[in-house]
Amino acid sequence: MRRFLLRRAVQAAVVLLGVAVITFSLLQLVPGDPVRIAMGTRFDPETYAALRERSGLDRPLPVQLGDYLLGAVRGDLGVSFRSGAPVTELLLQRLPATLALAAAGLLVGLLVALPLGVVSAVKQGSKTDGAATVFSQLGISIPDFWMGIMFILLFAGTLGWLPSAGYVSPLDSVTGWLSHLVLPAVTIGVVTGSILTRFVRASVLESLGQDYTRTARSKGLPESLVLRRHVLRNALIPVVTVTGLQLATLLGGVIVVEFVFAWPGLGNLVFTAVQGRDYPVVQGVVLLLAVLFLLVNLLVDLAYSALDPRISYS
Amino acid sequence: MSTNTAGRREAPPPRPQRSTRRAVGSALVANRPAVFGLAVLALLVLAAAVGPALAPYGANEGDVLNRQLLPPSPDHPFGTDEQGRDVFSRVLIAARVSVQVALVSVVIALGIGVPLGLVAGFYDRVDDPVMRFMDMLFAFPAILLAIAILAVRGPGSTNTMIAIGIVYMPIFARITRGSVLSVREQVYVRAARSLGASDLRLLRLHVLPNVLGPILVQTSLSLAFAILTEAALSFVGLGVQPPDPSWGRLLFEGRGFVESAWWMTVFPGVAILLTVLAFNLVGDGLRDALDPRQRSAIEARRAS
Repeated sequence: MRRFLLRRAVQAAVVLLGVAVITFSLLQLVPGDPVRIAMGTRFDPETYAALRERSGLDRPLPVQLGDYLLGAVRGDLGVSFRSGAPVTELLLQRLPATLALAAAGLLVGLLVALPLGVVSAVKQGSKTDGAATVFSQLGISIPDFWMGIMFILLFAGTLGWLPSAGYVSPLDSVTGWLSHLVLPAVTIGVVTGSILTRFVRASVLESLGQDYTRTARSKGLPESLVLRRHVLRNALIPVVTVTGLQLATLLGGVIVVEFVFAWPGLGNLVFTAVQGRDYPVVQGVVLLLAVLFLLVNLLVDLAYSALDPRISYS
Repeated sequence: MSTNTAGRREAPPPRPQRSTRRAVGSALVANRPAVFGLAVLALLVLAAAVGPALAPYGANEGDVLNRQLLPPSPDHPFGTDEQGRDVFSRVLIAARVSVQVALVSVVIALGIGVPLGLVAGFYDRVDDPVMRFMDMLFAFPAILLAIAILAVRGPGSTNTMIAIGIVYMPIFARITRGSVLSVREQVYVRAARSLGASDLRLLRLHVLPNVLGPILVQTSLSLAFAILTEAALSFVGLGVQPPDPSWGRLLFEGRGFVESAWWMTVFPGVAILLTVLAFNLVGDGLRDALDPRQRSAIEARRAS
């Protein structure tokens, strides 16, 4: 068990390192002088020199890479080319809003996928199953940002029930925060839910076909108990793993939805940074989200092996 | 280490290809959603090929004075935009651009991913490093990585194709490798190898036919995602640039007019939805048709 954990942790560390190197190399792909491009018409020789110095752009490449990696470990991700503010600070400012939206979106997705997936597996082949399949096919085919706009058009424009965009801090008004959270969260939730529905259904179907289900039924247990105690518990374990893997897709969706709904999170930060050619900020967001994904998946892996006693530590 | 096998040519493996292909084909056709998908795709190919010639107006034929922001009408079935351009024509012409970008992106992803997967599956020593690298790419949310690539290289169709290609390459590598690994363990492959078959021969005769199925399925699904990704990238201004129209670009331009001219946003969006749905349905249909167990189930159902 310990050897497995160690190997897993080493693997994760290698991938983490690779992710940081890839992120670092993004800056090297800029055709030209990144600082000059970022400053554009606001060019001023003193600030230019200061930014170049701070970002270490004149040092040899291996040194730059080393500096970047060491800095990242210490929490120093450079400074914004636009404002000079530390990137880490900007990221931390925006992170809570994104996490809140991602969590809300995931929650909506699970609220949709779990019942729908279970019911369509239990009633396989029925009209409910068919309808659920159609729903999930549509859900994964629809452009999420477009659906968001349609929601805004319907719920904010025509019906006027909810605000169309923006953000209210939960510290100021919980209802305000919630009312601004609903549409973006549902937008994300529909897509995530559609993806997850298919997995839940497949997983429950597989559980239903297992020997332990047959045994439980032949013992005379009522179907609801069979479901609760045997089928669902086993079916939900792979769903946890898949949800972890889906985190990358979820975060991608959050980014674009933030753009549509003017939600002040990391997504919006990235877009502003891209407009302003603020490369260190773009790098920072990319690194942060990738690291988040890796951490969550590592935790999920470890939890999975802890939850399922059948997993062997080879 | 092969001995001289002159005069001892390996008997060609049984070639069930033709009947397998026919079986797969008929299993696919039995799947009604997949057929719907194929029909939509046929329309799409038609639109991409001849659309620009058939469109009633040009992509950039605007008339701000007379035709600005008109709602749908017999003259303009999808209405006009803020420059007086006919939205229907633009949607039709944009089909070609969107499809082109998606197609090239997936070809790039295939072109890099499949060889990498083959090599990783075949040669154990490269397997670990290659797959670790894929794991690294998988850690980035696809859209974000594409945005970052476009941020540093600049917007535009070409860079978009490269960005999407890079982002989708890992999944092809993974699928190819998986197929290669499962084929390698088959008895007939090990037998062939023990008879001295070279790697290239094994590749050509045994691995490739088995790998094609999953790759085909993934191609259809990746085309779906490529269209969505291009749309998202163009929607935020990073993808296809004017004067070229793409569905995502049309949505970008409709952003300021969502409430006043809903037709600028609704129709391109529906076009994207239908196209992506079609690719997904065909991909799923292929997957079911190619899975031998599913296929026999489908055939049994048809015979009864």
